[in-house]
Amino acid sequence: MLEHYLSLATKAIFVENMALAFFLGMCSFIAISKKVENAIGLGIAVTFVLGITCPLNQALNELLLDKGAVFEGVDLGFLRFLTFIGTIAAAVQIVEMVLDRYSPDLYNALGVFLPLIAVNCAILGASLFMEKRGYSLGEATVFGVGSGLGWFLAVVALAAVREKLRYSNVPGPLRGLGITFITVGLMSVGFMAFAGIQL
Amino acid sequence: MAEISPREALVDPLFNNNPIALQVLGICSALAVTTKMDTALVMCLAVTAVTALSNFSISLLRNQIPASIRIIVQLVVIASLVIVTDQILQAFVYDIAKELSVFVGLIITNCIVMGRAEAFAMQNPPKLSFIDGVANGLGYSIVLLAVAFCRELLGSGSLFGVTILNPVNQGGWYVPNGLMLLAPAAFFLIGCFIWAVRSWKPEQIEEELHVGALLELGNQGHLR
Repeated sequence: MLEHYLSLATKAIFVENMALAFFLGMCSFIAISKKVENAIGLGIAVTFVLGITCPLNQALNELLLDKGAVFEGVDLGFLRFLTFIGTIAAAVQIVEMVLDRYSPDLYNALGVFLPLIAVNCAILGASLFMEKRGYSLGEATVFGVGSGLGWFLAVVALAAVREKLRYSNVPGPLRGLGITFITVGLMSVGFMAFAGIQL
Repeated sequence: MAEISPREALVDPLFNNNPIALQVLGICSALAVTTKMDTALVMCLAVTAVTALSNFSISLLRNQIPASIRIIVQLVVIASLVIVTDQILQAFVYDIAKELSVFVGLIITNCIVMGRAEAFAMQNPPKLSFIDGVANGLGYSIVLLAVAFCRELLGSGSLFGVTILNPVNQGGWYVPNGLMLLAPAAFFLIGCFIWAVRSWKPEQIEEELHVGALLELGNQGHLR
């Protein structure tokens, strides 16, 4: 049982990295990766929210949306997107309020990034993948946290590379966005080395 | 906001202010669907339709939406449109909908849709917003189709599933470039596309642009 979870986590962190293999959460991935500090803040926030919303959406999916869960013979599956995005927006809001109340330091550090997370596709993507693959509640938790850690790893690594990149003389038209994409491409090649790893 | 003519609203997002190449919006959900032309085309149509319709409906509602809950309202409008799109795709092009899997749902969090609703539709009348939505969808489609074109042609030697370059394993001469079908190639191609557009229009070269813009959005307390 433990091996199963470990293997699922490794898969979510390295092999099927949200950012580098599925292009999810790209907007904030590119935008907030100029400084390692900010990248760490955003990465933690994403991991946190993923760890909460993934199991929550799994439970909602099983208890409300699955075929025949509420009324016999009624499939509420078409409400899935709306439910998931609602859960995510609400969870982000609640996390923000709880942090504000109990841990002002962390709140100040993450403050700017929390609202951005509601529209981060990695979060919704994880919930949709979870539903497509039919994970159980435990699996969904591991998958959520694992995907978050993978995203965290990728965004911090990219930020570190970009901090160094500032000292190099990149051709004008390629500067900024262009070279960042090529860097991400090379990182993605690097992560392909993990393909096929099984625990 | 200055007066914008419908023509400007239509032409501007194609190259001068391309949502992907300049505004860094909406790269999220789309790159994974560009290994084949037909999935990319369906995705483009879906995104263009959703952007145009969400811009239109949010613009109609713009005077009724209270500022404090506008993000939620926008999300609900967009999510409903995406549900409709998803059902239509599953009804008419089931195979492609199957291949797109979760990426249709991810149109909800596609920053182009949200970004245009927030930045344009909240301030402008419905007709103009509709045109702006179509134009941004098309600007996104240009990049997506260009990437899909390169990836399918070089990666499997075909376009829309029709063989153009006869690959070796079917007795032809073309050795397919397997890298093109993998994730990194999409990043390289987008990087090169941005390079090309910016060499052509040097005024788009950036120093510190998009981070500031996004952080500012965050500072305004987006969800509060």
